[in-house]
Amino acid sequence: MREKINIKNLHKSFSKLPVLKGIDLTIHEGEVVCIIGPSGSGKSTLLRCVNKLETVTDGEIIVDGCIITDKHTNINKVRENIGMVFQSFNLFAHLTVKKNIMLAPVDLKKMTKSEAAEKAIELLKQVGLEDKADSYPHELSGGQKQRVAIARSLAMQPDIMLFDEPTSALDPEMIGEVLQVMKQLATDGMTMVVVTHEMGFARDVADRVIFMSDGMIVEEAPPAELFSNPQEPRTKEFLARVLQDLGLQV
Amino acid sequence: MDFLTTINEATPLLLQGLKITVMISVMSIVIGIVIGFFSCLLGLSKYRPLRAISGVYVWIVRGTPMIVQAFIVYFGFPQLIQMLTPDFRLSAFTAGLITLSLNAGAYLSEVFRGGIAAVDKGQAEAARSLGLNSSQTMIKVVLPQAIKIAIPSMVNQFIIIVKDTSILSVIGLADLVNKAKVYVGASYQFFATYILVAVYYLVIISALMLISKYVEKKFNYERKDKY
Repeated sequence: MREKINIKNLHKSFSKLPVLKGIDLTIHEGEVVCIIGPSGSGKSTLLRCVNKLETVTDGEIIVDGCIITDKHTNINKVRENIGMVFQSFNLFAHLTVKKNIMLAPVDLKKMTKSEAAEKAIELLKQVGLEDKADSYPHELSGGQKQRVAIARSLAMQPDIMLFDEPTSALDPEMIGEVLQVMKQLATDGMTMVVVTHEMGFARDVADRVIFMSDGMIVEEAPPAELFSNPQEPRTKEFLARVLQDLGLQV
Repeated sequence: MDFLTTINEATPLLLQGLKITVMISVMSIVIGIVIGFFSCLLGLSKYRPLRAISGVYVWIVRGTPMIVQAFIVYFGFPQLIQMLTPDFRLSAFTAGLITLSLNAGAYLSEVFRGGIAAVDKGQAEAARSLGLNSSQTMIKVVLPQAIKIAIPSMVNQFIIIVKDTSILSVIGLADLVNKAKVYVGASYQFFATYILVAVYYLVIISALMLISKYVEKKFNYERKDKY
């Protein structure tokens, strides 16, 4: 499989505080990678470095052959192929659902207005919200907002999707509908990097689970292995705590 | 002389002044919006010297009384320029317009900056993550929301501008207050004349508030509920 994301010796500090301390990670086409770990371990920062929402302190990130840590790379072009879904949805508050989805493809001249409108409806059908096309974001529930946010990212026809704790801000009864959409994306072969606390999702959908702690990758393995037979003491401790809290058996 | 006679006599004079007041208000609001917008953009620049220009400008205007600024523009600068070109003259209207516009620009710059800062950072991040560059993000995502947030403070500022025109009567601007003074000087009808002037201001500012209510409604996407 082709390499989609290649991270080499990535360091990131906020002022003097080191958050990522040497990350090496390769993600292949079509792979679904879940990143888990305690809060403050640098999971979200790592994800945000992949589309350069955070500038890297040191190291190299190559996405689809483009060295995005190089100053001369046109990051906007690269971002067109990387969708991102945020914990806080970040739907454009002044635009209807349909216009939220149409904005980027039309503005970046990927589609004409009518093509984008058609695509928007198609994507809304895909996430089960075609009746909300003319609603404004504040009229939607959290789960609906997040599904629209996913549709908005997909409108640019990216081949990588980044998810930054997509269900953490949702009421429990709305988590399922969002995970369902993500599961479908994974089945369709999308390359996905998902920072999540949903261990069930990681177990069922991920090809590989990465456990991060203190700005480093502590352990990575297919979910069956990592959840049932963690090697590192820190992984064991984290899983024991999380799975116990959830009352879940893996 | 009773109130009605005063109204009758003063009105033609006051209407001349009203025209000047409205004209200079509208012009300095428009110029002030342009200056304020650019000053605000400079203030948001990633280059420190550009930010400094905006910062110093706002600092000077906010840190000095407008009456002093008006004196500097009307009496001070012409004296300076006359050393080079002795024939240089500045009308009270031009000097007043410059003073008022610079004032409006500085305060509006801060109003715009506040509006932009109040837009959630996630909005810009989402736009950037889709591939929009920084100016597309600003124009399509941040500004429409910032303007909505800033409208009430903008209107407040417009009202202050209209009222501040009255200060310019001290440099001889033939505005409403100036004309009133002229009439009072001849007639000694202080009470009736100044009440009349107050009513004129109330009318202008009420009109302004009505327009702003309408604009505010236009921008309020959160009330366009269909339910």
